[in-house]
Amino acid sequence: MYSLADIIYRRMTETFGASDFLEPLFTIVSYLLPCIAILGIVSLISGALTLLERKISADIQNRIGPNRVGPFGIFQFIVDGVKLLLKEDIIPDAADKKLFRLAPYIVFSSTVLAVIVIPFGGPFIVADLNIGLLFIVVVSSLVVVGFMMSGWASNNKWALLGGIRSAAQIISYEIPVALSLLTVALITGTFSMQEIVKQQGLYPWQWFILHNPFTFIAFFIYFVSSLAEINRLPFDFPEAESELVSGYNTEYSGMRFGFFFVAEFANIFVSAALAAAVFLGGGNIGIDPYNSPLGYKLLMALVFFAKALSLCLVTIWVRWTLPRLRIDHMMSLCWKYFIPISVFCLVLTAAWLVAFKGNGVFWRIAG
Amino acid sequence: MTEFALEEMILNMGPHHPSTHGVLRFIVRTDGEMMLRATPDVGFLHRGIEKIAELMPYESFMPYTDRIDYLSSLNCNLGYALTVERLAGIEAPEKAEYLRVIGAELTRIGSHLIAVGALLLDLGAVTPFVHALRERETYNSLMEMLCGARLTHHYVRIGGVAFDAPDGFIEKALSFVNHLEYEFLDEFNKLISFNSILIKRLANVGIITPEKALEFTLVGPNLRGSGIKFDLRKDEPYSIYDRFDFEIPSGSGKFGVQGDAYDRYWVRIEEIKQSCRIVRQAINQMPEHGEIKTKISKPFKIPAGEIYVRTECPRGELGFYLISAGGKTPYRLKIRTGSFSAMTIIEELSEGVMVADLVAIIGSLDVVAPEIDR
Repeated sequence: MYSLADIIYRRMTETFGASDFLEPLFTIVSYLLPCIAILGIVSLISGALTLLERKISADIQNRIGPNRVGPFGIFQFIVDGVKLLLKEDIIPDAADKKLFRLAPYIVFSSTVLAVIVIPFGGPFIVADLNIGLLFIVVVSSLVVVGFMMSGWASNNKWALLGGIRSAAQIISYEIPVALSLLTVALITGTFSMQEIVKQQGLYPWQWFILHNPFTFIAFFIYFVSSLAEINRLPFDFPEAESELVSGYNTEYSGMRFGFFFVAEFANIFVSAALAAAVFLGGGNIGIDPYNSPLGYKLLMALVFFAKALSLCLVTIWVRWTLPRLRIDHMMSLCWKYFIPISVFCLVLTAAWLVAFKGNGVFWRIAG
Repeated sequence: MTEFALEEMILNMGPHHPSTHGVLRFIVRTDGEMMLRATPDVGFLHRGIEKIAELMPYESFMPYTDRIDYLSSLNCNLGYALTVERLAGIEAPEKAEYLRVIGAELTRIGSHLIAVGALLLDLGAVTPFVHALRERETYNSLMEMLCGARLTHHYVRIGGVAFDAPDGFIEKALSFVNHLEYEFLDEFNKLISFNSILIKRLANVGIITPEKALEFTLVGPNLRGSGIKFDLRKDEPYSIYDRFDFEIPSGSGKFGVQGDAYDRYWVRIEEIKQSCRIVRQAINQMPEHGEIKTKISKPFKIPAGEIYVRTECPRGELGFYLISAGGKTPYRLKIRTGSFSAMTIIEELSEGVMVADLVAIIGSLDVVAPEIDR
């Protein structure tokens, strides 16, 4: 298990020499540095995604989109961020002020926590936990707490409805998401994200999406359910603007709203990145990620980002094409279709592994 | 054991809420996501138009009719002009009648584009709305060519129309209706009308049976959505509508029950096509030269009498009840609009549906706030 933290720790002990006194310091620094880097990267990615979303929606709707700030408006998200920072921060008088303040941070931090175990290709992963996949599933459902908190603390009926809707929705869709991810964990026999990526390969037939017919189904279940989990159309009930005004973040303004906003877009990236790593081979280009030249490592990161961003594109494309479902349709879709089908996929994948000694469809052909 | 009291929640939907176009207010009693009843509260946009009419000469009231329903101002102009003309015994020249019909049908297209677009926007589909607005932009430019105004047209005058069609208008109008009928609507239907999520949201929602539609005096597309083929342009032709060949689309339960929200949506889509047909025929039949306005006496006075004239607006029947006491101003002008009767049925339809369905019901009835209150 090698991760950025391990690599930095090793480098530091090599440079400064190992000692009992410095060891705790090395540990802290080796985890802190990648974490700070991740914060920056997450903010940058979600900023870039907002720009991408605005540009793509503009293309879909015959508009031009942002084009004032910098060439093709690429600095628009920075200006937006500055605007949010400078805006007046209003906390309603009737709000539960402590919870109201706390909620955005919970949402934001649970999103960023999930990024810790995302393998960005090559050795670029903050911490390669041996429970990585489970960690993501657990941490990403923490978002619900923040949403409920903001809905309740706002003391606004629309916000409350939004918070309750998000709790119902995210908890329901957590199940198909987890089950379809477990389908892959069955094949790999590990939850470590680096290991999952490592067991796949450069070519599509080496990816887990094409391992057997049931992982193929599981991928689509994962992708649709993840749309629901990150509150994107056609499942954007917690903030359905034509029904609930703006849902749980109705009363938020300024940077507190900005945190929700960044978290929403970071969530899009996390779910796309997870799909890319687990089902689509991640940054694996068939080369050892640790003992290869830096150029290859960067190439792996590039491959990973290409896969993740193309899934983000699909997410954005779906949002600007489809109308919203109704909440009871959404619930019945989850409980009547997705959960049974994902259980079915899990069981049949297990059967497949027994029957074909763990080999995938194409793995037998490719040898 | 603790007993949990289950309370109803009273929600104030509006007057400023994203899905209550204009200034509508609903007092919604909900139990979680289920709605027990939504009571409309109207009157936020009351401007006293009917009283204003009594205070000014007949000609001067025309700009106010633009504001009865800002999405179909030309149709409202036309209704008022016809009322006054019939009571005064004036006939508009033939060319003016053709220009009126072309203008009115283009306005109907523009209004229906907004109606279906806004309904889809309320259901969360932003892109079709923007596509509909793109087409409406062409319509706006066309009307700007014709009368200089993009929204409140003020084009029809008592005894005719204000301006003749400028050079190039006819060609542009023809290419607009051709594009709309043969290209845009097909694309639009492929994009959204047959989308299964949309069908699930609209089919079997807000069902209005033909009996109920008559009971609540629904008019226009809302009435036709329930399967009753009643259109004043066909059944009681005014102006020169009897010269055109067109059909009256009506709801047939395309994907659900007859009279559901999808039927009302689909009737509007089909009406855009029929309006395109009418515009094309009117352009072909229109005489090239001719008077566009009959001279009216000045000061314009109408002999004492009363009349009720109703015309088919995009939102249904628009009726003007005019009483003249023989002076320069009306003694009384009563305006009957389609949105008002559509508003009355919302309370009945809202029982026991979900909050999201209320949005679909309001959108499918195509309620425009200023038309309710006047």
